[in-house]
Order: sequence, then structure tokens, then C-alpha cells
Amino acid sequence: MSKQSIKDLLKDRILILDGAMGTMIQRHTLEEEDFRGERFKDHPLPLKGNNDLLSITRPDIIKDIHREYLAAGADIVETNTFSGTWIAQADYQMEDAVYDINFESARLAKEACAEFTAENPDKPRFVAGSIGPTNRTASMSPDVNDPGYRAITYDQLVQAYKAQTIALIEGGADIMLVETVFDTLNAKAALFAIQEAYDEKGVELPVMVSGTITDASGRTLSGQTTEAFLISISHIPLLSVGLNCALGAKDMKPYLDIMSKKSPFNVSAHPNAGLPNEFGQYDQSPEMMADLIQDFFRESYLNIVGGCCGTTPDHIKAIAEAASKYSPRNLDSVAI
Amino acid sequence: MSIHPDYAGVYKNKWTHIPNLKLSGLEPLEVSEQLNFVNVGERTNVAGSRKFLRLIKEEQYNEALDIALEQVNGGAQIIDINMDDAMLDGKEAMVKFMNLIASEPEIARVPIMIDSSKWEIIEAGLKCAQGKSVVNSISLKGGEEEFKAQAKKIKRYGAAVIVMAFDEDGQADTYERRLEIVKRSYEVMTAPDVNFPPQDIIFDLNIFPVATGMDEHRLNAVDFFKATRWVRENLPGAHVSGGVSNVSFSFRGNNTVREAMHSAFLYHAIREGMDMGIVNPSMLEVYDDIPKELLEHVEDVLLDRREDATERLLDFAETVKGNKKEKKKDDAWRKGTVKERLAHALVKGITEFVVADTEEARQQYSRPIEVIEGPLMDGMNTVGELFGAGKMFLPQVVKSARVMKQAVAHLIPFIEEEKRKNPEMAGHGSAGKILLATVKGDVHDIGKNIVSVVLACNNFEIIDLGVMVPMETILDTAEKEQVDVIGLSGLITPSLDEMVYVAKEMEKRGMNIPLMIGGATTSRIHTAVKIDPNYSGGVIHVLDASKSVPIASRLTSEDNDIARKVTLDYKEQYVGLRDDHAKRQKRKNYLSLQDARNNPTKIDWSQSNLPAPKVEGIKVFEDYDLAELKEYIDWTPFFQSWDLHGKYPAILEDRLVGEAASKLFEEANALLDRIISEKLLQAKAVIGFFPANAVGDDVEIYANTERTEQLATLNFLRQQNKKAPGLPNFCLADFVASKESKQEDYMGGFAVTTGWGADELAKEFEASLDDYSAIMVKALADRLAEALAERMHERVRKEFWGYQPEEHLDNALLIKEQYQGIRPAPGYPACPDHLEKRKLFDLLEVEKNTGISLTESYAMFPAASVSGWYFANPEAKYFALGKIGKDQVEDYAQRKDMSVEEIEKWLMPVLAYDPE
Repeated sequence: MSKQSIKDLLKDRILILDGAMGTMIQRHTLEEEDFRGERFKDHPLPLKGNNDLLSITRPDIIKDIHREYLAAGADIVETNTFSGTWIAQADYQMEDAVYDINFESARLAKEACAEFTAENPDKPRFVAGSIGPTNRTASMSPDVNDPGYRAITYDQLVQAYKAQTIALIEGGADIMLVETVFDTLNAKAALFAIQEAYDEKGVELPVMVSGTITDASGRTLSGQTTEAFLISISHIPLLSVGLNCALGAKDMKPYLDIMSKKSPFNVSAHPNAGLPNEFGQYDQSPEMMADLIQDFFRESYLNIVGGCCGTTPDHIKAIAEAASKYSPRNLDSVAI
Repeated sequence: MSIHPDYAGVYKNKWTHIPNLKLSGLEPLEVSEQLNFVNVGERTNVAGSRKFLRLIKEEQYNEALDIALEQVNGGAQIIDINMDDAMLDGKEAMVKFMNLIASEPEIARVPIMIDSSKWEIIEAGLKCAQGKSVVNSISLKGGEEEFKAQAKKIKRYGAAVIVMAFDEDGQADTYERRLEIVKRSYEVMTAPDVNFPPQDIIFDLNIFPVATGMDEHRLNAVDFFKATRWVRENLPGAHVSGGVSNVSFSFRGNNTVREAMHSAFLYHAIREGMDMGIVNPSMLEVYDDIPKELLEHVEDVLLDRREDATERLLDFAETVKGNKKEKKKDDAWRKGTVKERLAHALVKGITEFVVADTEEARQQYSRPIEVIEGPLMDGMNTVGELFGAGKMFLPQVVKSARVMKQAVAHLIPFIEEEKRKNPEMAGHGSAGKILLATVKGDVHDIGKNIVSVVLACNNFEIIDLGVMVPMETILDTAEKEQVDVIGLSGLITPSLDEMVYVAKEMEKRGMNIPLMIGGATTSRIHTAVKIDPNYSGGVIHVLDASKSVPIASRLTSEDNDIARKVTLDYKEQYVGLRDDHAKRQKRKNYLSLQDARNNPTKIDWSQSNLPAPKVEGIKVFEDYDLAELKEYIDWTPFFQSWDLHGKYPAILEDRLVGEAASKLFEEANALLDRIISEKLLQAKAVIGFFPANAVGDDVEIYANTERTEQLATLNFLRQQNKKAPGLPNFCLADFVASKESKQEDYMGGFAVTTGWGADELAKEFEASLDDYSAIMVKALADRLAEALAERMHERVRKEFWGYQPEEHLDNALLIKEQYQGIRPAPGYPACPDHLEKRKLFDLLEVEKNTGISLTESYAMFPAASVSGWYFANPEAKYFALGKIGKDQVEDYAQRKDMSVEEIEKWLMPVLAYDPE
């Protein structure tokens, strides 16, 4: 093994996760043809906006984005697979492309990482397979008049997540990252699926989970408090647990405080660049965001840090610089 | 000492290096050492509850959810769900019920115990739980391979598990068999190939009946205790659970023995380390309260202390059978020490000897204050604990407070004296200062007074500003006195607005004092949606008096973090409720006013018989005979005002509150008889009848039978919710013949009071430090006013309007409203506009005829008053208006010649939309 294990690295320093993929893709002002490429030129539905597809049709752009984040100092880059399940792709009737999306996305990220690791073997880079929440919830009904109804079942989620996980493993992902969890039951299905996939592939990669506290109520969309969420997903030995999306760094603080006090695992955060303005854009500057996150470092909340919606390589660079001045949260101090 | 010969003392967790068992619903449940014992609710179990089974079979899921909610509200920390019944599709029922629970945040906040003997049902349940649940149960019954596979699966789903002491050879029924099976189960589960977290393993060690008469059952309890201890000492991290009611199976029908046996069993089991269990809290006696002799007999059996233990208990059980506690006066307690006597007097609410005992104590202690801080506070703490644990009920607590007050009053002169001599010796500190007030425009204070008493006896200093208190007075006093908490109370709907106003002003003043909201019309949802957003200092809705103590204690905690956390927790909760509310608001559909009007109650007026009232105009009753009213009293609400829930007369026999209710009932009747014989309250009434016809949703009231001169126009509101086919959108005006029908119809009105004298009498009691009787007077006056309204309505039907001269109904049927015609009150569900009360008062000249007056919020003073309209039509029925749309509000404003904003203010609680 030329490469140090991620678990060892986490003991020494705060690791840096990359920033937003969508925000970077938007900078390229892509058109329908970019999304379709040659392969999907005859697809019956419009495909613009299906960002995951770009790993197949515009791999050059995706790989460059990974490179920019790696250059900014990211230790871990996320694959472009947030919507890489047949459930999320069903809206585009792109269920058949799911394997390729995940496999190609993992491969691109892996290649980008390999370039940087080769250049600087002291700072090895890792690929986290991004596993999103899908657009359906297993513990809430979309129909208020029929609270017992479910648009998706646990079994369907397990099946979709398992397929995604296997493709990510085969494409070369080093870690699985179940992120933006707004319904814990979806996440539990993902964790179940990941374990099934590991059994089938005979591997055991680290798993990260990152939940989403929706607003100042301090709860997930499905109603759990931060601590209840943590307990509900602690049945497998996670590499890390944390929070991302929905909130900016400032508003995330009280919940990270709970996480860092209660979690037996490493703690991660990748907040948004503040809250969106009236045009839906995020305008928190890299300096402002790094400044707010510095507060987390001071409190020793974190082991892994990165950015979600609205963040860019500049944000990650500023955050990485701040992180380098602090030591990571010490797991041994957590009361069991 | 331990029952197990190998161990000593009470079990203490020795596996501190192993994490606690952590479960979750929407909220976490950590089974820590401090928690001591986790209580699992068992009523959502088709095998254990016939009612629940019926509801599930009939697919009455809403009612089934209510049972789950009751469990949670009743203190269950986990709810057990079981759908194993031959007539049910258990898997489907489990999924359906789990999914429904997930959308009820009040229930879903606790973890679920998924209970089934069928693996497929367990698995289906696990796939519906976002939190960390407990599986109940698996065992070695089907062999090691199956057991192992199930354990692995459960771990993968992320749940804890109950493991039954059961293997291929059957259920463990001895100490040795229990050990053999749990040891093997534990080893299989914690071996590397399964690697189940040990803290997530809970052993059910099989609780079997004792005193069955069979020798092989004699050690059933002892073996359980010993095995419990062995598990906790030898299987790192594992827990012990069981279903407690099994143990007393032989004594079915004798609850006195069963309750004693359950508590004694739990007492010993918990000492040996049992930390979870299915217990019915209403079948539990307080261990310390079990009569000594009974306890001894029960423990002889449980602990197998004598050869003839079973026979002796069976004999003894006969003497305590029938569950009737002995009536004869028991003065044995007078033989105890003064400290014991004071404690007994406080717990039992006996004032008879309290002054003498307090004096005796005073002479024993070096300072009078020490009597308060010592024996009196100890006694009150016991009361507080028993009340908190649901072992004492509100009327008993208020009586305890009366004892306390009299004891303290005896000591005050001595304390003052001491202060004069020795000014630097400060008095004892209170738990916190709480301001209570019934808001401006409202005169109702029974609930507030109860809260005041309950808080005071928990050592809070209470500033009670009384009724009809303006915002300025409340806030100025709060600031001047530097109170820790403000509590607002109110009973009529306009008080809700007044509370919002107070909250807004507190925000303006930049105050930071938590605000408690209580009273009959208040609700958690109103507090969340209307009050909480207006005040950042923390708003908490307090359901009843019993909840006020724990909340106030945390709010006034010396640890600022606790106080802050309470307000933040509630804030968080209310934000969630608001969001849910907003989401629900948008979805509900209402009919347009026009469509609603097109679906009225249809009465063929040409075929109707509309008798003219026998009495014309107004009739006044100067001094109505109270004795006549006694049999018309509806007692159920009386018990409610004391937080005793249940229907009269069944409540007197209720297993849980029957004793407290009977005592209260007895004392209420004694006071009532005194009120009647000494004429301590005065009853007055006025009724009147008028020619009337409906015009649209209004009713015109005429001064003369020719109907040429109009006295008033009454404005009514119409339901706008969507109705099932065949059901009308009700409006009271539909029950009066329309003008265009040309039929001569009538309407009546009434106002009655029995409140004259109530305040004076209550003050007399307060002056003699008897809050219990003071509250009782007001509660009785309320009941008498309702009784007078009921009696008057009966006489109206039989004599004064006379449309049902032959009616014969007993009080139970009267309460069920089994008669023709209705008497709805302005401000209440069918006609929620309080402003209409003014018209009623003008028509009947109520002020002049009875002395009842209206406050600015249209509450009636004296509080014990009732008023309303009479409708005689057989089609007339009570209904609740529900929510109405903006179109009706605009229409109504026009009809009343008022601004829409003004109407919205008065009708706020029934608006289907947010006027802001």
C-alpha cells in the first residue's frame, strides 16, 4: 500500500471534502445538446438539467471540476452521482443509464485523484461515491389526505441503492457517502443496501452519512431531532456522520454541537454558502464562509469539512487554509 | 442485599465501558443508569387489548391511533405494537399502523417495539421505522441457524432486540434453564460472525405466575429475580425485560392483591437489575403504600419465604377482596412521631390535628423555619412525587396544600417574631416567583386557582392578580416583582386574542420572562400558531395543573441551561407544529358561501306545526330555589375541572381515580347541601319569547304578533366544510320558519346565574386558608348555573313555551340532550360570535333583570352564568360551525355593518384562512 488509509489520516488532521458540483456545472452554461451528447441524441424527453448524465456526455467538464477542487486542497472528491438511482432518474426515463452514470462518474473522479496523488504522494486523494436521498420519501406520504400512503417502499429503495453502490464500487470509489438525508428511513435503506453490496462484492469500504436539518426547528424533514437521527444510523461502524445542505454554516452550528458531543464516529459538515438570496443564488464569499467555519474548528466540532450548494473551489481553498491551523476533533473524548 | 446468594446489594451497572442502549423515534431514548426503568406501553397490542383488536379489525385506525397517543401521554417510553391475530392480515395491519404512526409526531416521538411471533411481520415493521426500534422477539426456539440469521438481519436493519429465554426444548422455567439459554443466546449473538452490539440485547426471562397452588411454581418469581441478577452480572451490557402482569395471574378479580403483587415484584426485580418491562400503570400500588400485612403475605409468596405462603396469601386475599378500602376511621397514624404525623396529614389531606402537630414540631426545632424546611417540605415533596408519578390526584393535592397552608400560617407569627429579634437571619428561598392572571375581559378562574395552589405547594411564590387583569398590570407587576414566569389563563375565545396581545407587548418591552398559557379554550396548536411567533422569550402551553409543576420547575431552574433548553425545546416544537398547520391549512377545501347556502336544512314549513309560546314576552325569576336544581347537576364536567377524567357515575368506581373521585363527590355534596340550606348562593333567571322569522342566515325578531315592528336582527353563520351527500350545511337560522313561508314562528332566549354570593363565600374560605373549599364553591356554582339552565329549558319545553307538555326524561337523558329543541349559547360552537350576546342581553334586559353584566370580551359576570337562544323546532340540533371562508366573513360584516377586520378579530378562531 503506497497510500495511507483515510482512517489514519483522520487522526492527524481535518480532511477536506470538495464543494458544489451543480454550481460549477452552471458556470458552463450548457445546452440540451451537451446533456444529450451522441449517445442520447434521440431520447424522447428533454435532458437538460440532468447533471449526472454529464459524466457520460461531457466527461471533460466533470473531470476538470474535480481537478479544480483537488487543486484547491480537497482530500476527498464526490462523484457526480447525487441522482444516480433509477428512482431519481425515472423523471427523465433514464433508468437504463444508471449503471453507466455511476461507473463513469467514479472512474472520472478516480482518474483525477490519481493525477494529484501521483504528483504529491504525501497527500493522497479519495473518491467518495455520492448517494443522494432520491426524490421520494419512505416514511412520509405525499398525499396529506392519505397519511398511510407511501410513494416508495423500503425494498425498492434497497434495490435502487444496491445497484448504485455496486456500480460506484466497480468504477473505483473509495468511500460511500450517503448524503443530504432528509428522511432517515431512506438512509437506513441505503445503509442496508450498501452492506448487501459489500457482501456481494466481498469488499468493506468506509461509509460516511450526512443528514440535513431542514430549518430552525432543528429537525430533519421527517421530524427527527439531530440526536435521534444519529442513533437511528449508528448501527454500522461509520467513518463519519455529519450534516450538509439546507443551512449555511452559521445556522448549522447548534446541531453540529450536538453531533460532536454525541457521535462515536468522526464528524463532518458541508454547509451551503449561506442562504440563497431572492434570486436563488448563494452569495456568501469564500472569506465569509471560511470565517464562520473557523468557529467550528475552534470548538473542535469537526474531522471532515467541505461545502454544499453555492460553494466553489475558492470556498474550499479558503476553508482548507483555515482548517490547516486547527487540530481535528478528538474521538476519545466522546462519552459513550 | 440481593436475592441471589452470589451477589450483594442492589445491582449497579458494572459495564461502564459499554455504550448505553440508545433507541429513537423522532426523539432519542437513552437507557442510562439514571433512567432506572423503561416503561413499555402495551395497549396497542391486539393480543392484549380487545378494544384495540376490534378497532384494527374494523379498520378504525384513527381511534387505534388515539390509543397509541394515550399510551405516550400516559408516560409510555416505548410503545409495543402487536398485530398477531388469526383473523387479521398481520403484516398488512403492521405496515399500515406503522405508516400512520409515522405521520403523528406526538406518537412517533417514542421508539416502537415491533412485536410479533412471525418473522415476516417483524421484518415488514422494521421496513417502516425511521427510528431505532426494538424487535420483540426472537429466540433459539427454531434452532441456532435461524436465530443467527434473524439476529444478523435485525442488526442490519438497525434495531435492538428482545431475546426470549426459549430454545429447541421449550421455554425456560427454572433458574438453571434460564441461565443455560441466555448464555447460549448471548454467545451466539456476540460471536464475531454475528457481532450483535451487546447493549442492544434485552433478555425476556419469562415472568410466570406464583401462588398457583402447584409446588413447581413456588420458585417462579425467585428464579426470575436470580436469573435477572445473573444476566446483569455476567452478560456484559445485556438488559432484562418482562411482562409483569403475568405474575399475579392467580389473583384475577382481586385487584388489591394484584396491584400489591405487581409493585412488590417490580421493586425486587428492579433491584436485581430488570430495566425494562411491560407494565400497566393503573394496576400498580405504591410499594411504600402497600399495607404492611398484605406486603408481608405477598412477599412471602414472591420470595418463597414460607412453606404455607400460598395458602396464607389466598386466605388473606379473601379479606381484602372486593377492593373496597376500609371505611372506618383509622387513627393508628396518630401514634407516630410528629414528623410522621405531619407527613401523613399532608399526604392524606387531614387538617384536623395539623395546628397542634405543627406547634409540637416547632417546640422540637430550634427555629420555626426549620419546621417548614424539614418535616413540612419533606411531606410536600412526597406529595409532589406521588402526584408526579400518577399515584395521587388533583383534589388530594389541593387538600394537601390546605394542610400545608394552615401549618405555615401557624408558624408565620413565630418567624416574624424571630425576624424582628434577629433581622440578619433571612427567610427560606422559594423555588421561583410566578405571576398568574386571568386576562382582561375574562372572569373565569377555577383552573387558574388550581394551578396557583398546586404551584404554591411546590414551594413557588405565587403572585395571583385575579381575574380581568389588563395587560399593563400584568407586565408592570412582572417587571416590578421580577417574576420568573408569567402564567396567563382564560376560558372564552376572545381571551385568546388578549393573550396574543400580551405576548406582543412583552416582545415590545424586550422582556425575557417565559410565558405559560393555560385555560379551557387554549390549545397547543393555538399557542404554536398565534402566540409563540409573537414572543421570543419562550411560550409554553400547559395542558393542565399537573403539568404546570414540572414545567415551572425547569423554567426556574438555577441551572440557566435547563431553563433555556426548555424554552428552546418548546420553540422548536411549536415551529414544527406551525409548519404542519400551515401545510394542512392549504389542503383543506371549503365550499363557497353560495354553495353552502344552497345546501341548508330543508324543512317543509307548510307542513310544520309551530306552536306559539304560552308565555308572552319576558318572565323573570328573582330567587330560584336551589334545592330544585340538585338533581339536574351534570357531574362529569365537575370532575374534569379537578383533572379527574371519566363519566359520572362510572368514575366513582374507576380503578384508577375512583377513590379520589368518590371522596371529592362526597365533600362536594356536603358543601352543596350547606349552600342550599343556608342559601349561600342566589339564583336568578330571565327568559323571553318573541315572534320571529328567518331571512337568509338572519332571524328577524318582532315586537308584535302582527310582525310589523322589528326589535332586532340576529345574525347567524353557516357551515362551509364539505359535507357527505344528504348532510346539510347547518345554520341556526334554518331552524326558524322563513319570512317567505308566511308561517308564524318564534324564538326564545334565556340568561341564568347562580353566581351571586360565590365570590364572597370563596373569599371567606380563602381567608381561613382553605383554598380547597374556595375552589369547590366556584366549581359548584358553575354546575348549579348549568343545572338551572337545564331545568329552565325543561320548564320552557313543558310549561312556558309548552311545545312538549308530556315530556318525561331523567337527568341522564337530559344530559344526553334527548329532547326536542336546543339552547345554543352565543360564543359557543353553533354560533361562535360573542357579539350576538349583546342582542340577547338587550332583548331580555338581562342586566336589569338578573344583574348579570358583560365584560369587554363579552364574558358574563358573575362567572357562574349561562345564556343562550331557544329553538323549538324538532329538526333543530346542536352542531359545530367549523371554519368559515373569507366570503362569509365579508358577507357577515356587511350584515352587521362592521368592518371585515373587526369581524375577523372576533371570529379569529373559526377563520379558515390567515387574515394577515
